[in-house]
Amino acid sequence: MTTAGERHGSGASPVRPYVLTGGRAATRHGLTVDTLLRATPDGPPLRADAAPQTRALLRLHRGGILTIAESAAYLGLPVSVVMVLAEDLITSDHLHQHAASQFAEINPTLLQEVLDGLERV
Amino acid sequence: MALNESDPGDPDPAGTGPGPGRVEYLSATVDRIAKILVVGAFGTGKTTLVGAVSEIRALHTEETMSEASTGVDDLAGLDHKTTTTVALDFGRITLNDQLVLYLFGTPGQRRFWDMWAGLAQGVAGVLVLVDARRLTDSFEVLGQLEEHGLEPFAVAVNQFPDSPDHPPEALRAALDLLPETPLVYCDARDRASTINALKVLIRHALARATSPTSLTAPGRSQLP
Ligand SMILES: Nc1nc2c(ncn2[C@@H]2O[C@H](COP(=O)(O)OP(=O)(O)O)[C@@H](O)[C@H]2O)c(=O)[nH]1
Ligand SMILES: [Mg+2]
Repeated sequence: MTTAGERHGSGASPVRPYVLTGGRAATRHGLTVDTLLRATPDGPPLRADAAPQTRALLRLHRGGILTIAESAAYLGLPVSVVMVLAEDLITSDHLHQHAASQFAEINPTLLQEVLDGLERV
Repeated sequence: MALNESDPGDPDPAGTGPGPGRVEYLSATVDRIAKILVVGAFGTGKTTLVGAVSEIRALHTEETMSEASTGVDDLAGLDHKTTTTVALDFGRITLNDQLVLYLFGTPGQRRFWDMWAGLAQGVAGVLVLVDARRLTDSFEVLGQLEEHGLEPFAVAVNQFPDSPDHPPEALRAALDLLPETPLVYCDARDRASTINALKVLIRHALARATSPTSLTAPGRSQLP
């Protein structure tokens, strides 16, 4: 089976991420691979020197809500790079975390709801 | 895997250049998300399983991790770093208008733990895929779950044409499973079979969550 990401996402050389992030790691907004992000409506214009990948990430999220892992796969970039780009875009108020961004607390009610949902699949 | 294979959609909807096709966004009505980790040794069927159940075209990404090397390399007194590629498969199942289930498939070996630990926060459960032809490959994954107190988990034994005909008791003994840990046979290529394995896992999680006395065995700790 060839998934979308295998066709398009695995070719990132180690050099490209480094150039994009300047070797930084994401630390500021507590992002994880499963954080849901959306574009801030009517956000400010992007800096003229924003990287094409930063522009692509913002453009992707202007279409709707995705996890960071999904964005990385669509853009063909490593998750760690997308986290850094996303942090920059959150700091500049272009992106923000979706309300459901935190995983729901695991309790019997939630688990029952998951089970009920799976029964209907 | 089945979904959208014949539906290329808009080849570049978000204008993202080398994008893989139609972007499948989350519905804005969703206000809660749950997640299940799918772990297993190489070739046990993680990618296949996530693809079989996901309502979105299953996605795959690779992450390059740096690891400080240990052992003989350090004798030179240099701070060597090696890089490892971690594959991550993910898929999504909408359970109702407000609740979405994410599946994250990743190898569960020790060297992937850094990445895995973040993913493990807030999981509803872990499905461990096992290939009965290569049981010993699964020892490290199970060992890591135990070492990190990652629970609840269920074991899904994928059936390959040349799989040995071990009865469940023999598999349980070989894998040293606790009596309450569910073990289910599964065909990762088949959606119904895979959904069934997920249901077995969540029923187990529910049973644990509602009967505090059966919570943790001695020596096992919960994630914070
Ligand atoms: N017969 C059978 N084959 C399977 C099953 N699950 C996976 N496979 C096949 O086993 C191979 C490895 O599966 P894959 O999903 O790539 O494993 P991964 O390395 O864990 O992601 C592929 O050729 C699959 O088609 C299963 O349940 N039954
Ligand atoms: Mg795989």
